[in-house]
Amino acid sequence: MGFSDADIQAIWLTFRLAGLTTLLLLLIGTPIAWWLARTRSRWKGPVGAVVALPLVLPPTVIGFYLLVAMGPNGPVGQLTQAVGIGLLPFTFWGLVIASVFYSMPFVVQPIQNAIEALGERPLEVAATLRAGPWDRFFSVVVPLARPGFLTAAILGFAHTVGEFGVVLMIGGNIPGATRVVSVQIYDYVEAMEYGQAHWLAMSMVIFSFLVLLALYTLNPNQRRF
Amino acid sequence: MKTIPKTLTALALLAGACAAQAETVQVAVAANFTAPMKVIAEAFAQDTGHKAEAAYGSTGKFYAQITNGAPFQVFLAADDTTPAKLEDEGMTRPGTRFTYATGTLVLWSADPALIKDGARVLGRNQFRKLAIANPKTAPYGTAAVEVMKALQVDQMLAPKLVQGENIAQTYQFVSTGNAELGFVALSQAFKDGQITGGSAWVVPAEMHEPIRQDAVILKTGEGNAAANAFMDYLKSDKVKAIIRSFGYEI
Repeated sequence: MGFSDADIQAIWLTFRLAGLTTLLLLLIGTPIAWWLARTRSRWKGPVGAVVALPLVLPPTVIGFYLLVAMGPNGPVGQLTQAVGIGLLPFTFWGLVIASVFYSMPFVVQPIQNAIEALGERPLEVAATLRAGPWDRFFSVVVPLARPGFLTAAILGFAHTVGEFGVVLMIGGNIPGATRVVSVQIYDYVEAMEYGQAHWLAMSMVIFSFLVLLALYTLNPNQRRF
Repeated sequence: MKTIPKTLTALALLAGACAAQAETVQVAVAANFTAPMKVIAEAFAQDTGHKAEAAYGSTGKFYAQITNGAPFQVFLAADDTTPAKLEDEGMTRPGTRFTYATGTLVLWSADPALIKDGARVLGRNQFRKLAIANPKTAPYGTAAVEVMKALQVDQMLAPKLVQGENIAQTYQFVSTGNAELGFVALSQAFKDGQITGGSAWVVPAEMHEPIRQDAVILKTGEGNAAANAFMDYLKSDKVKAIIRSFGYEI
């Protein structure tokens, strides 16, 4: 047996989705994590709670509201239509946006924890040595919080690969655009093609194991997520 | 103080008596049959005293669950092949399988103005997305593809297709307006002889293979009085009338 062409297309699509999502999440999540780690604002609680929401909400809730919000009558849908992008459901970019929201806590929280663990001191020392804010960030925070960033990237990627419910609800199962590996497996099971389902499902198990193994081996001291 | 044990005994006896007569049957129901099943279950409880508890989902998923020991006693499938397959595998009570409904396909839009002249809306091709159920797994999806082939629009429309995992999700795509139109089950957009909202084209039955939906008592339903009663009830004229009122043939 082995992988069919459709399987390979789904695997490639899944990695593209996860890669892009992780990249965007590192760009968006880092400032949020930085702010959450250092602010004393009364908004810290509410913002932290919103970021963590996808941890506890079932994917059906997120998928349903994204479908309604991104639809032609929803606020996001009206905005995207007004600026000429069209509607997001059933598109690759729609999945990217959904995944960014859905995997956000897996990226923000490890970075936030790593920055909190640094404390004020290294930054104060760097400031006395006349390092500017950007210099302090890239020369002090990034190297010292490197395990946190690594954990964030790996978890963000892996969690997006493992996404299913949200994709099912807003994806529309389009080959090459929204039919990711988890949906492909679901289709095989629904069609009672268990042999094909096993191939992909077992590959997912091995992949996920290797990712987590890498995480724990490269990052033995990082347990803060 | 004396009256309390007496009351308890009486209650226990009453509960025992009820349990002996009224049983509960767990029914796995194809998603397209959700609306009629709710009406039938209520009437069933009133007329027989038994209770029918329904779980709604896709036929393929139910197949996987049933072959792995799910506690359903009756299966109302969306097709006739899955119950036959279960029968071949010895998972059903032999001789109980029958067609309880034949599905009708409808091209439906939430927009009341979109489908005015039947199938021509497909040929004009002035829409963004057309939703169908997954043709690989859902009989209504297979029928939808047959209809598009018969109309010779299948290749033109292929880039616009979005698939729901079952007919319920396909309906959801259309009702939220994310797909302007889609092929769904008439039962989803039809009540008491008319379309409930939006606009529609009821696909003539001869344009696709009949969507025969079979029911069967599973092996786990052996000795369950409610399972037998429910199957008999499904064949009654009263239920046939209910099923027809939701746009099925029988």
